[in-house]
Amino acid sequence: MPPEIVLQTQRLSKRFKQRWAVRDLNLEILQGDVFGFLGPNGAGKSTTIRMLLSLIRPTSGDIRLFDEPLTMSQHRALRRVGGIVEKPDFYLYLSAVRNLEIVGALYGGVDRRRMMEVLELVGLKDRAFDRVKTYSHGMKQRLGIAQALLSDPELVILDEPTSGLDPQGMKEVRDLIIHLARDQRKTIFLSSHLLSEIELVANRMAIINRGELVVQGEVSRLLEEGEQYVMIRAEPLRKARAILRRLTRFVHSMSEAGESLKVVMSFDDIPAVNRSLVRSGVAVHAIVPRRSLEDYFLALTEQSLSDGPNARVSGKTQRQ
Amino acid sequence: MFRLVFYEAVKTFLKKRTYLGFLIVGVIVPIVEVAMKVEGGRFIQAATRTLRQDFIFVGSLFNGWYVSYWMMQSLWVHIPLLITFVAGDQLAGEATSGTYRLILTRPVTRTKIFFSKYIVTLIYSIVFVLFLAILSIGLALILLGKGNLLVFDRGILILPAADVAYRFCAAYIFATWSIVTIASIAFFFSSFVENAIGPIVATMGLLVVFLILVVLPVEAFEPIRPYLFAQHMNLWQHAFRDPIAWDEIGRGIAVLGSYSAAAVGASWWIFTRKDILS
Ligand SMILES: Nc1ncnc2c1ncn2[C@@H]1O[C@H](COP(=O)(O)OP(=O)(O)O)[C@@H](O)[C@H]1O
Ligand SMILES: [Mg+2]
Repeated sequence: MPPEIVLQTQRLSKRFKQRWAVRDLNLEILQGDVFGFLGPNGAGKSTTIRMLLSLIRPTSGDIRLFDEPLTMSQHRALRRVGGIVEKPDFYLYLSAVRNLEIVGALYGGVDRRRMMEVLELVGLKDRAFDRVKTYSHGMKQRLGIAQALLSDPELVILDEPTSGLDPQGMKEVRDLIIHLARDQRKTIFLSSHLLSEIELVANRMAIINRGELVVQGEVSRLLEEGEQYVMIRAEPLRKARAILRRLTRFVHSMSEAGESLKVVMSFDDIPAVNRSLVRSGVAVHAIVPRRSLEDYFLALTEQSLSDGPNARVSGKTQRQ
Repeated sequence: MFRLVFYEAVKTFLKKRTYLGFLIVGVIVPIVEVAMKVEGGRFIQAATRTLRQDFIFVGSLFNGWYVSYWMMQSLWVHIPLLITFVAGDQLAGEATSGTYRLILTRPVTRTKIFFSKYIVTLIYSIVFVLFLAILSIGLALILLGKGNLLVFDRGILILPAADVAYRFCAAYIFATWSIVTIASIAFFFSSFVENAIGPIVATMGLLVVFLILVVLPVEAFEPIRPYLFAQHMNLWQHAFRDPIAWDEIGRGIAVLGSYSAAAVGASWWIFTRKDILS
């Protein structure tokens, strides 16, 4: 039996005035997926998630959630979803527990034990009765995850849950996501603007740019597709090149890229190539395996930084 | 639904802003009433000098009821302003704090959330008017005691002490009705902006403009006046006429009620359809 489709969008589009924030987006999230939704800033990730959580009305296209249509007026299927979109905001003058009570009331009430359970899961149990006003950004981010989990949903939607966290905090969130997926068998939809992050937790992913789907599929497959190459920085460079040219068994092709050599070869052969270089007295400074997807995504990100999102669609003002 | 209303009430009544109105009334009313006691009935004596020659008054006309009646003048503009602080924040406040994203992403229809909030707005309005009534009347009676009530209604009218309490009761019920209209209008403005200042300013602006249209001695405005809600902000005053002007009251209740219903209907329509971008 093929896995159940938990969430599906068909030609999902959203236009703000003249600007398409999301356009003809087809996504498919299967049960048990950790689905990475990757895109540079302004790509349309949050806009998509707002539509998935019934906050905004699509300009066109459909959403099916657990095989039920989802619209602003018909969103019963959200019973099986928990999520957070954009920055984690709460009633700052109330405690974490009160905030969770308010959220719980919208699911018909959640008992105190469950609240403490999710707070413990995100490491906020001992601050449960403090006003959220006293929380740091990282703590709010974790409370955001806690409230998403409160109703024990089958699908958890998280919008850049690691943004603004320090590396330790990012790792904790990643571990939590892996725990939820593996031990609690939840389906997770996770947006990010960092490929490295998606790569670490997701099994499937989609890349979105300027509101449009670029590619969608299994993470491992996508990363392997296209060429793999290695950037080698060594001294003296000329000697290194001469040696590499002789290693035809490993090296498929080679070109110079500034201070480094771009060598098309399998990552499995890195140790053997390194050994040869070192034996010949070449000082190896760095060997960096690269994949074209990474380059590709990096290019997207840089492009969006220099153009601003959707610059091509409309040169008008950007949202601050 | 009860649970939703309960937690909306929790949100509202644990917010400092909610007590601003209570604080102001709680401070101003005692100050004014004590000041009136100290000043004594100087002003009222002037007004009743001619009557004094013809009648022998039973007790003083400068009493607690008179002061309580006088305090109700705050229902024209002051109390509406304080009401908008909370009513105007009901929906806009969630936008300001970004918490729409917390509550509208749930399997509850927006209609339910909307009416929970409106019910809490009604509760707040009622509690607030009740607070004003109990404080201003209670304190005035303690300070100055009971007696016949002197009011100005196309001349001087003296209402017998026996049925004054019942008239105040009716007056405050009518006052609640007009305050609910103000709250509903503020609620309406609250549904399409992202902070509470807009609704406060818009509601008060509308009230003041309408009040000007009502009092301006311009013939041209005459036909529209009965349809302006501000014309009926004095609904409570009709309870102090003799005989009580029930037909006026009926008309006022209908006009104010229509404004409330229209405001709530329109804000419901907006709220259940709008994109949440805050
Ligand atoms: N309220 C809005 N009004 C107009 N444009 C908006 C609004 N919200 C988002 N956008 C635009 O939609 C695009 C996608 O934004 P967003 O979904 O927030 O991107 P992401 O979450 O991927 O960073 C951006 O170009 C942004 O400027
Ligand atoms: Mg975003």
